[in-house]
Amino acid sequence: MLTELIGRKIGMTQIFEKEEGRLTPVTVVQVGPCRIVQVKSLDKEGYNAVQLGFDEEKKKNRAKKALVGHSKKHGVPQFRHLNEVRVDDVTELTSGMEFTVETFAVGDKVHVTGVSKGKGFAGVMKRHGFGGGPKTHGSRFHRAPGSIGQCVFPGKIIKGRGMPGHMGSDRVTVKNLQVVEVIPDQNLLLLKGAVPGAKNGILRIRKKKETKK
Amino acid sequence: MNIIESLETRELKKDLPVLRPGATVRVHVRIIEGKKERIQVFEGMVIGIQGTRLRESFTVRKISNGVGVERTFPLHSPIVERIEVVQYGKVRRAKLNYLRDLSGKAARISAVSREQRAKLEKGNNASR
Repeated sequence: MLTELIGRKIGMTQIFEKEEGRLTPVTVVQVGPCRIVQVKSLDKEGYNAVQLGFDEEKKKNRAKKALVGHSKKHGVPQFRHLNEVRVDDVTELTSGMEFTVETFAVGDKVHVTGVSKGKGFAGVMKRHGFGGGPKTHGSRFHRAPGSIGQCVFPGKIIKGRGMPGHMGSDRVTVKNLQVVEVIPDQNLLLLKGAVPGAKNGILRIRKKKETKK
Repeated sequence: MNIIESLETRELKKDLPVLRPGATVRVHVRIIEGKKERIQVFEGMVIGIQGTRLRESFTVRKISNGVGVERTFPLHSPIVERIEVVQYGKVRRAKLNYLRDLSGKAARISAVSREQRAKLEKGNNASR
């Protein structure tokens, strides 16, 4: 069985916990149905994995020729999003197999990977959480980074120094989100907490590996 | 209807009375103490309603032993077992925060007439 699927962020809302009436913040994610496009095996490609397709391209002549040919070869429709998932054993997996949200169950912990919202060129306070200076009392030092190093020794700026620059649009993984609800007929997954990226962003949802106690 | 909306609609309570600022209500609150559960009634005046749909909440003010007490309840929370409307009040604004500065006789709000009440109960249900 696969432990990772592709999904789409729908948005956030709140759900009341039935027993104690606590409000739980949840992210609604549309997960799958994903189908296997290509199976990669140790013998042929040198490692075991499957290529998953998500969100079928319904319009004709929309897909690139390379994708059309690739899909045709494996006898599956064209998908807008393809992702590779490593698996241990590919013997039971074939092209065209479908996986739905039911891969996940209520109470599972999942890791969600997505692309965070772009923030543009950001200063050091927003980007790295620097403290900045006092706003008032004539300080004349507000949001600037301040000193970035020493003097003749070491004579350079140490790598990793926090500087202004482009922020966001990064690949971000949020770990250990709890599955609050699974709605199979709408392919929906409700996860407790926030998930990277904007609405309609593509996400990879991975089941947490069970750890030995 | 979009997905988020339909999910929220599922969470909404359907059998709610019409709440209005100025109404005197009895809120039946579920209280959980360890494993025991009981119902406590909080009676007072609705001094404001905030939010819409699933996020709608209302604030109830009462005078308890000479001290003003306010509680805000999420309208659709399972904690709120039931809401009884004792009477609707004649008020001309949405938030009755001015009641906090008044006490005793000055803090009273007169009830609406029976016909008015019937109208209120009918009118607002349709919109919800």
